[in-house]
Amino acid sequence: MDQEVYKVPTMAEMAASNETPEVLFWVGCAGSFDDRYKRVTVAFVKILNKAKVKFAVLGTEESCTGDPARRAGNEFTFQMLAMSNIQVLDMYGVKKIVTACPHCFNTLKNEYPELGGNYEVLHHSEYLQQLIDEGRVRPENGETFKGKKVTFHDSCYLGRANDIYEAPRHVLEALDADLTEMKRSKVKGLCCGAGGGQMFKEPEKGRKDINIERIEEALATGADTIAVACPFCMIMMTDGLKNKEKEDSVKIFDIAELVAQANGL
Amino acid sequence: MQITISYMAVLQQVIFIVLLAGVSWLVYRRANLIRRTILIGKNEDRTDEPGKRLATMLRVAFGQKKMFDRPLIGFLHFAVYIGFILINIEVLEIVLDGILGTHRIFAPTLGGFYLYLIGFFEILAFGVLTACVIFLIRRSGVKVERFQPERHREMNGWPQLDGKIILVFEIVLMLAILTMNAADSVLQEMGNPHYAQTGSFVISQFFKPLFTGWNENTLVIYERFAWWLHIAGIFAFAVYLTYSKHLHIVLAFPNTYYSRLSPKGKMNNMPEITSEVKVMLGLENQNTESVVPERFGAKDVMDLSWKNLMDAYSCTECGRCTEACPANITGKKLSPRKIMMDTRDRLEDVGRNMQANGGEFVPDNKALIGDYILEEEILACTTCNACVQECPVLINPLDIILQLRRYKVMDEAQAPGSWNMMFQNLDTNQAPWKFSPADRFNWAEGVK
Repeated sequence: MDQEVYKVPTMAEMAASNETPEVLFWVGCAGSFDDRYKRVTVAFVKILNKAKVKFAVLGTEESCTGDPARRAGNEFTFQMLAMSNIQVLDMYGVKKIVTACPHCFNTLKNEYPELGGNYEVLHHSEYLQQLIDEGRVRPENGETFKGKKVTFHDSCYLGRANDIYEAPRHVLEALDADLTEMKRSKVKGLCCGAGGGQMFKEPEKGRKDINIERIEEALATGADTIAVACPFCMIMMTDGLKNKEKEDSVKIFDIAELVAQANGL
Repeated sequence: MQITISYMAVLQQVIFIVLLAGVSWLVYRRANLIRRTILIGKNEDRTDEPGKRLATMLRVAFGQKKMFDRPLIGFLHFAVYIGFILINIEVLEIVLDGILGTHRIFAPTLGGFYLYLIGFFEILAFGVLTACVIFLIRRSGVKVERFQPERHREMNGWPQLDGKIILVFEIVLMLAILTMNAADSVLQEMGNPHYAQTGSFVISQFFKPLFTGWNENTLVIYERFAWWLHIAGIFAFAVYLTYSKHLHIVLAFPNTYYSRLSPKGKMNNMPEITSEVKVMLGLENQNTESVVPERFGAKDVMDLSWKNLMDAYSCTECGRCTEACPANITGKKLSPRKIMMDTRDRLEDVGRNMQANGGEFVPDNKALIGDYILEEEILACTTCNACVQECPVLINPLDIILQLRRYKVMDEAQAPGSWNMMFQNLDTNQAPWKFSPADRFNWAEGVK
């Protein structure tokens, strides 16, 4: 089997050779540093390569969007990060951004304009749906999901925050997966417990952790795959699954990983 | 005898007019105080896109769209709502009768149509009656979780009682109007000249057997008693609702009209910080005229926007927000409903303070955060927007929580230790975790 060569061009490289990418892939902190989510970043990059998308990343020039600082109440840190990101993005003349993180997505899309950063921002679920609709990606040469029971956990920052419920589901349906909904889904979807800065602190005193409540609901569907579309949800749901000692029978994947698997990437 | 009756009639007219004027004054005074306490909030422009706003109001408040997420409850609530709005047309007749000393002033003009009109109102009244009885049973007997004070501490005492008082009020009002009409019909059949012949009405005819064997005089007394009970009840209700959670019947309309049009995920910007950040980044020169705000975020109600405060008065404490809140579901102290109720409680206290001090608020060493809402509550929020999504009148508890957090973190510099670590990482490594920015692109090695 010939070894595919995947490219990850940076904006700096592109600019040096006077090229402009179709889209900037905003990797995000989890996608850059979290071992589990790095695999999602890699999967998405492989899909972009396969679909022959002319993309680029910022590499070491990327910073946190500032979302966790802003939600935790620290507007100074948020605006410092946002402003320097906008400087970098504008320096490269970025017009269109895709990101696999709903928190980055929400901040870039909804909160950067007021600070002077105006871009077309897409979440990777929307972008994958477009690639599938345009026929640039189709499930082939890979794992088949036909008849496989998959449940999708809505990310709050994708769903309620930005009214994106269908795009990730379309992607899963395109894989021929048997999509089963949890009791609370779409507008009623239950949070994984990580948003609003919770990812970075211990939860307050309570009866139960939120991710446990949610993983129980996901397991109740009987699905053997839990699909997510957010790095924080991935971490929280994985922790929940470990707590329930179900890591062997149930797997958690980002929708990009599932698309990559279906393509044998 | 004749003289006594007309004397009595005039006396009734006088009492009625005095009562009407008194109630109008009380309601006006209360409404004015509510308006003034809402306006102690910060300015925020919510007048853009009037077309979109009107459409939202028509859909959500007028059309009760969100209530129909639960079809049965939505239908019952709609019955009470539509009954309340349309029966008010009949109140117009009652008020005119009261002032002019007439009886069923519209009956002669409307002729045969009057029978159908009152019949229609009676059907609505019966709908209200049925729905309120079901609601009262639900609140008291069936134990709907979100109404239980054992589980939700904010429902202890007055809020729980308030919910029941309103329902009993409405049941009494509807029974008064239906039995009044029944007594009226019986009096018509007796040929009492004061009671214009309209014929029996569609619902109240079934109440007529209640009055078999009553003599004419007792019937007249009962009919008058029911008439007074109904109208005095409405007057009392009008005053009561300004103190009650029931204020939503009025404020649902402006509250939905002025609701946010931007995506729920968007947080309000703080422009006062932007200029400072620009100076720090060397993008702008120090503007000597730039005003340092006296406070970052919100410590008390006057630091919130007027819309946050209108939200608080619009809350009817149904608890759909709290029922959907992941923090509350898992036993944390946070309850979005309590955030709204606390904000209103604080506003009511501020209002009383203003009244006692000639219209000016005199600082009372209390604040919304700390004395009403606990830090533990606002820290438990995941900003998931479930509460915002659920609210049938488009209240946004999250907006208040986030402003209180801004105050705690920026003004008091009080954040949990792990958040301070996160901030520090962001400031030095541009990532919330302790990783070197130089390693940010190392993931690409996994792509090979």
